[in-house]
Amino acid sequence: MKVYIALYSKINQPTEHTSPALTEADRLMTICNSCRYCEGLCAVYPAMEMRRTFLDGDLNYLANLCHDCGACFIDCQFAPPHEFNVNVPKTFATVRSDTYQTYTWPSFLAPFFERNGLFIGVFSAFSVAIFIIIFVALKDMSALWSVQTGPNAFYRLMPHNLMVIIFGSVSVYVLLAIGMSIRKFWRDIDKNNKQIIKSDNLWRSIKDASTLRYLDGGGSSCYSGDNTNNDNRRLYHHFTFYGFILCFISTSVATFYHYSLNIVAPYEWYDLPVLIGTIGGIGLIVGPIGLLKSKLNRDLETQDKTRFGMDLAFLVMLFLTSFTGLILMFLRSSPAMGLLLAIHLGVVFSLFITIPYSKFMHGIYRFLALVRYAQERSKL
Amino acid sequence: MRRNVTRLINEYDILIVGGGNAGLCAAIEARETGLSVLVVDSATKFYRGGNTRHTRNMRCAHDTATETLSGPYTEDEYFEDLMRVTQGNTNEELSRLMIAESKTLLPWISRQGVKFQPSLGGTLSLGRTNSFFLGGGRAMLNSLYSTAEKMGVDVWYSSEVIDLKIIEGMFKSATITTNGKNITLKAKSLIAASGGFEANIEWMKEAWGDIANNFLVRGTPNNKGKVLQTLMQKGIETIGDPTQCHAVAIDARAPKFDGGIITRLDCVVFGVVVNLEAKRFYDEGEDLWPKRYAIWGRLVAQQPGQIAYIIFDAPCLELFMPSLYPPISALTVSELAEKLELDKQTLIETIDKYNKAVTPGSFNPFILDDCKTEGLNPEKSHWAQRIENAPFYAYPVRPGITFTYLGAKVNRDARIIMKKDELSNNMFAAGEIMAGNILGSGYAAGIGMTIGGVFGRIAGREAASFLNKKFIN
Repeated sequence: MKVYIALYSKINQPTEHTSPALTEADRLMTICNSCRYCEGLCAVYPAMEMRRTFLDGDLNYLANLCHDCGACFIDCQFAPPHEFNVNVPKTFATVRSDTYQTYTWPSFLAPFFERNGLFIGVFSAFSVAIFIIIFVALKDMSALWSVQTGPNAFYRLMPHNLMVIIFGSVSVYVLLAIGMSIRKFWRDIDKNNKQIIKSDNLWRSIKDASTLRYLDGGGSSCYSGDNTNNDNRRLYHHFTFYGFILCFISTSVATFYHYSLNIVAPYEWYDLPVLIGTIGGIGLIVGPIGLLKSKLNRDLETQDKTRFGMDLAFLVMLFLTSFTGLILMFLRSSPAMGLLLAIHLGVVFSLFITIPYSKFMHGIYRFLALVRYAQERSKL
Repeated sequence: MRRNVTRLINEYDILIVGGGNAGLCAAIEARETGLSVLVVDSATKFYRGGNTRHTRNMRCAHDTATETLSGPYTEDEYFEDLMRVTQGNTNEELSRLMIAESKTLLPWISRQGVKFQPSLGGTLSLGRTNSFFLGGGRAMLNSLYSTAEKMGVDVWYSSEVIDLKIIEGMFKSATITTNGKNITLKAKSLIAASGGFEANIEWMKEAWGDIANNFLVRGTPNNKGKVLQTLMQKGIETIGDPTQCHAVAIDARAPKFDGGIITRLDCVVFGVVVNLEAKRFYDEGEDLWPKRYAIWGRLVAQQPGQIAYIIFDAPCLELFMPSLYPPISALTVSELAEKLELDKQTLIETIDKYNKAVTPGSFNPFILDDCKTEGLNPEKSHWAQRIENAPFYAYPVRPGITFTYLGAKVNRDARIIMKKDELSNNMFAAGEIMAGNILGSGYAAGIGMTIGGVFGRIAGREAASFLNKKFIN
C-alpha cells in the first residue's frame, strides 16, 4: 500500500525542476516515451524507455548522452509547427550546456560559462601577454626577436624547469577540477545504483565514444538544414579529437626524450615528436574548421544559439593551439621565434587551464553518460 | 524543394493528388519509366504526406526472419489474419494480390532509402509481422521524398485540387489552388492518393449523425475527402460503408486533430471500462490487446456522449506503455467518481459487483490467462483482477478516428471503376482513398501502409505503362 501511495504522489505532483530547460526536457521525454518511434536512432531513447519519471539527474544524463545529430528532430511528427512543439536536440543542447555550469568545480567559477566566449578570449589574450612579459623579464626585449637555434633554443628563452613547473601545476589543478566535476556529475546521474563499473561496460563505452557511434542518426548520418544529411560532423570531430590526442602524445614523447634519452628540443622534422605533432596539428586545423563550417550550416531550429560563444571559443582555441604550434615549427630558426613561442605557450596555457570551464567538458560528461548507458544496458 | 514554376503552364504526364506513402510510391514507380510526374499535396511541407507522418510500420508477408523481423509471416497466415479482422468483409482477389505484392514491397521500399528497425519497445507482439520504420513515418516519408525529388518528381505543397475535369471516365485536367491562385493543370493520367475524409466533420456527421461531433481525429486535419467527393460526383463507383473506419479509443483530452500515437491507451485489458452512466458495456478482456484494440473506437462511439472511462488500480499503473497525459487519480472509488463527474453510487456498485465476480486465477498479461469474472453481464474473460488497491486511476477515452474506408472501387491495376462497372480510362487510386476494397471493416496494425505501398506502386506502374503504350502506338 505504501508503495502505491508513493506512486500516487509521483503521478500527481509533477517533478520539480531547477530550470525551465529541465522542465521542458521533462515534458518532451513524457511525449517521446509514449511515442518511441526514435528508439532505433541512438542511445538516448532506449535510456529514456528505462524510466517513467525524469528527475534533474536523469535529464542531465540523457542530455549528455545526446550527440546532437538532429535525426530525431527531422523525423518527429510532433516537431514545430505542431502544437506539441517537440524539439529534443535544441532542448537537450540547452540542458547540456547548463550541466557544464551545474557541475563546475569550484562552483563559484560557474559563471565563467555564462559568457564563455568572452571569458576564454580575454583569458587567452592575457595568457599570451603574461608569457611575453615573462620572456622579457627573464632576458630583455631581444628575447622576442633574436635568432635562437640549436639544442636548448627554446629553453634559452624560458628555462625548461620553469615551463615544467608552470604546466605541471596547471595540470594538477585541472585534473583536480575535472575530477571534482566528474564526481558531482556521476553522483547526480547515478543516484540509486552506486555500482562498480564493470570493465566490459567501460570498454564498450570507450568504443562508442571513440567511434562516435551515436552521431550517425541511426545510420542516416547527421542532419543539417533542410532535411539534408551528411555534414561530415563525425569526420571533422574525428580529425579534431584524434588530432588533439596526437598532439598530446607528441608532447609526452618529447618529455620522454628529454628526461629519459636526454635528447633536448627543438627536434628535427624527422624526430617522432615533430612527426606526430605535425600530423596531429593538421587534424587540429582541419577538424575545428570543418566543425565550425557545419555548425554555421546547420538547421538553426535545432541549435541553442545562446551557447554559440562557448562553442566558437573552444574551436578557435583548438585551432590556435595547432596553428601557433605549426607556425612556430616552420619559423623556429627565424627572429620571430621568441614571440611565436610566447604566443604558442600562452595559447596552450590558456587552453589547458580553462579546460574545466570550457566546452572541453562536453567530452568528459558525454563519455560518462556513455559509461552509465553501458551499465544500464548490461542490467537488462 | 523542386518547384518548377515555369511548368505551370505546361502539362504533366501524371498528376498525383496526395503526397503520402501511396502517392510517393506511385510517383517513384511512374517517374522511373521516364514520364513527368507532379505530386500535389494540400499541406505545407512540414505537414506533407497526410497520415503517413503518424505511422510507424507496415505489415508485409515474408518467408524468413530478417534483421528486423523475428520470424516468417506467410501469405496464408496474412490472409487468415485479414479475414479474421474484417470478418470476411474484403475483396478476396485484391487482398490476395496485395498480400502477394507486399512481399516485394519491403525490399523495394528499402531501395528507396527507407530504413527499418526491430519492433519498438512495447510492441513485441508485432515483431514478427510488422516492419517498423527507423525514426517512424515521417522519417520514412522524408526518405521517399528525397528519392522522388532526386529522380525529378515535382512536388507542390499547399496546393489543393478543387475540381477535376472528367469526360466519360477520362480525366482531362485538374483545377488546383496554389499560391492563392486557381490554375488548370492538364495531365494524361490521374492518380488519386488523397486519403480518406475523417477530418471532414460534416461528412462524418452525414454518416454517423451528430455523435461525430465528439470524435477525435488522430491524424492530419487535411483529409477532408474533397477529391473523393469530386470523383463521386463525376460518376465513380464507390466501395465501403461511410461509417466504417479504423477507430481506436484514445485519451479524451487529446487535441481534436493530429494527436497521433501518443494519445493511445493500452490499459483497457487491465481494468474495467465504464460509460457516462458508470456502467460496464463490453468484455475488456476478450483477447490480447493488439488483436482487439481496434474495436474500442466503435464501442465508445456507441456509448452516450461518446465517452468512456478506463478504471484500474495501483498495481496496474506500470503494466502498459506510458501515454501523454497522466491518469486521473483518487484515493477512493467515490473520490474518483467525483473527479470524473460520474454517479458515485453507481460507480461504487459497478466496481463492487465486478470485484465480487472476479474468480481466482494466475495473472499473466502476456497470454490469455485464467483470471475471469463469473456471473456478470458482460463478463470480463481474462486478466480480471479486483480493483481494490488505492490509489485508483482513470483515463477518459473517446473514439479516435484513424482513417475511413468508404472510397473508390478499383480493379487489380488500381484503376478506378466507374458506375455500371466501366473501367476509367486514365484514373487510378491508391491508399486510404481505396482502402475499403481491402478493409470492409476491422483493422490489423500496419495494413493501411501496405495498402498504400502496394497499390501506390501498382497505380504508378499501370498509369505509366498505359501512357507508354499509347506513345508507342
